[in-house]
Amino acid sequence: MSAPTNRPLRRLLKTIGAMVAVGVLVVGCTSNEPEAEENAGATGDSNAAPAGGNDEPGETVTIGFSGPAADHGWLAAINSSAQETAESYEDIDFRAAEGTNDASLQISQIETFINEGVDAIVLLPTDGAALTDVAIQAMQAGIPVVNVDREFSSPFAARSTILGDNYGMGVSAGTYACQLIEDNSIADPVIAEIAGLDSLPLTQDRSRGFADALSDCDQEVDNRVAAEFTVESGEAEASNLLQAAPQIDIIWNHDDDQGVGVKAAFDNAGRDEFFFIGGTGSCNAMQWIEDGEMEATVLYPPTQAADGIKLARLIAQGKSISDLTQVEVPRRTVLYAPVVTADNLDEFVDQCFES
Amino acid sequence: MSEQATPPPAVTPPPDEHQRVEAAAEETAKRESSFARMMNSSVGRNLGLVIALVVLIIIGVATAGDRFASVDNMLTILRLASVIGVVSIGMTFVIIGGGIDLSVGAIVALASVWATTLATQTMAENSTWLVMVLVALAVGTGCGVVNGTLIAYGRLAPFIATLAMLAAARGLAEIISDRKTQIVDVREFVEFFGGSFLGIPRLVWIFALVSAIGWVLLNRTTFGRRTISVGGNAVAARLAGINVKRHTLYLYMLVGFACGIAAIMIIARTTTGSSTHGLLYELDAIAAVVIGGTLLTGGRGTIVGTVFGVLIFTTLTNVFTLNNLDTSSQAVAKGVIIVLAVLLQQRVAGRNGST
Repeated sequence: MSAPTNRPLRRLLKTIGAMVAVGVLVVGCTSNEPEAEENAGATGDSNAAPAGGNDEPGETVTIGFSGPAADHGWLAAINSSAQETAESYEDIDFRAAEGTNDASLQISQIETFINEGVDAIVLLPTDGAALTDVAIQAMQAGIPVVNVDREFSSPFAARSTILGDNYGMGVSAGTYACQLIEDNSIADPVIAEIAGLDSLPLTQDRSRGFADALSDCDQEVDNRVAAEFTVESGEAEASNLLQAAPQIDIIWNHDDDQGVGVKAAFDNAGRDEFFFIGGTGSCNAMQWIEDGEMEATVLYPPTQAADGIKLARLIAQGKSISDLTQVEVPRRTVLYAPVVTADNLDEFVDQCFES
Repeated sequence: MSEQATPPPAVTPPPDEHQRVEAAAEETAKRESSFARMMNSSVGRNLGLVIALVVLIIIGVATAGDRFASVDNMLTILRLASVIGVVSIGMTFVIIGGGIDLSVGAIVALASVWATTLATQTMAENSTWLVMVLVALAVGTGCGVVNGTLIAYGRLAPFIATLAMLAAARGLAEIISDRKTQIVDVREFVEFFGGSFLGIPRLVWIFALVSAIGWVLLNRTTFGRRTISVGGNAVAARLAGINVKRHTLYLYMLVGFACGIAAIMIIARTTTGSSTHGLLYELDAIAAVVIGGTLLTGGRGTIVGTVFGVLIFTTLTNVFTLNNLDTSSQAVAKGVIIVLAVLLQQRVAGRNGST
């Protein structure tokens, strides 16, 4: 991507960009427009890092990245956005290990990174607990580890942790459901939940958040099934669910990947008497919201690994987050889980991922 | 003296030897007592399964009453059983023939993806949706040809050859689909297979048709008898003049073809093709076949038993969902049912004295 011959030109462009920006500031224009333009130019075709404090090129660092196999849309988006972000920095030497769902293979990938002596490791573990030991080894070898999405079981295993908010996702969905009940004054509502893989802590967190938020408006989940994040399992579980509850008012489906199957089951059964709320925010779901076939979806951004790369780069270069007063990168970053509806769709549609 | 010497001892049996063996086997069957014959009929041999299914249905009616016993719910159970059912019918033949196919789920995924690529869908829209059907069947059968050739002529163990196919076919499906869910826009296809005939979903008709053809093929044709003899004793079958290699190839083509049908059905059910379709079908199908009374070592088995096996699992899931029970207890119940059904099956078969 970054052929050496391009660099002088890019620097020149950047300088011009900076001068234009300064010029604009001097003129005293308060509009957002020039800033937006500059960002668009920087992150666009040229693939150059955007100018600004943290993004100034620094000492070149080697970052190792290991994540699960991209067997569904959300994880694929995780990997591709991590890749793109790493490539947009010319001071990152990016080493991506092949995605795997096998914890022992992932452990050996991290051991390889340790032996190679990379400057930082970004790790989205297949299983947080299983990868904790090797992450501690890396930390002891002086390599900072950035833990993404699935948390380690020891606080010593990561220098910084960046997580989507699974519990918060459930809370957002539950709060929105409460609001729907109130706005439409549904008496004695039937609430159903289609969870993801039940054995994963993230699914349990989402369900707990949903139940907690619902109990706030004196409601509870009447019917619950658990699918496996695949279209097929979503269809099967939703078909059974529809039989279990002849009349439903609100359905929250944890995951828009399996949501394609869930939606197919609704269509097959000809059922649409309920408010259908999704989760994670795939492009399909956003399209359904636009078409009025879905009420809302709760976002779970697939860009956390990309932010993990950014954090790892800052840590390895000894920088901090330039917009914060802290000297060091924070230990923990938890992302927000907003509810996307037809009203605010425009803000989020760019963040959707293809499932 | 001279009479005994004149016919030279035959080195190879006459070409019609297998017919004589088959006829002899039939003769023995006829000579058994009427009770043994009753026990040997499909109902008798599957008594354990019938009991298990009836118990499940009683539990279903007792705990979920109207919701369970409704026509809608019965059709939902049958519809959910139909995809894995078709795969299991194919698997029954391979296992009776002394082999095993671990790649069924992966073949379903590959066929579903191949039949729903943009190119295939465009072609289908320009001509007829039958294109998608043909592609799925061709891909399924093609995978079967590869499996069968490797096993019959390449002398690979079925376990190894199909394990390789399991990995390769799903990988290829991921490459073709770019790990995305491919949504079917050919409405005629979805409407035809998603629709009903005489009030019963077409998917269920397909399952019934495949089961009926499978039954006839196994019990009333030379192909079926050859399958049993190849699985029972391949050497004896070869000496009896059966082309064991070619027959083995046919068996894997048959299960591949069944996977192609299953892929069509799953595309219609979920309106998508995806590399995550058919996950763990190999285990579900083998479980259904084995609790259906088919010997894993080959040489014996029934289609009716397999159908019962599939129905038991699907009904179990349905009853659990209707009662709002979680997936973990469902998994435990599945394990218990497998053991109970097989134990019951052995008791019945043991008393009958034929095994």
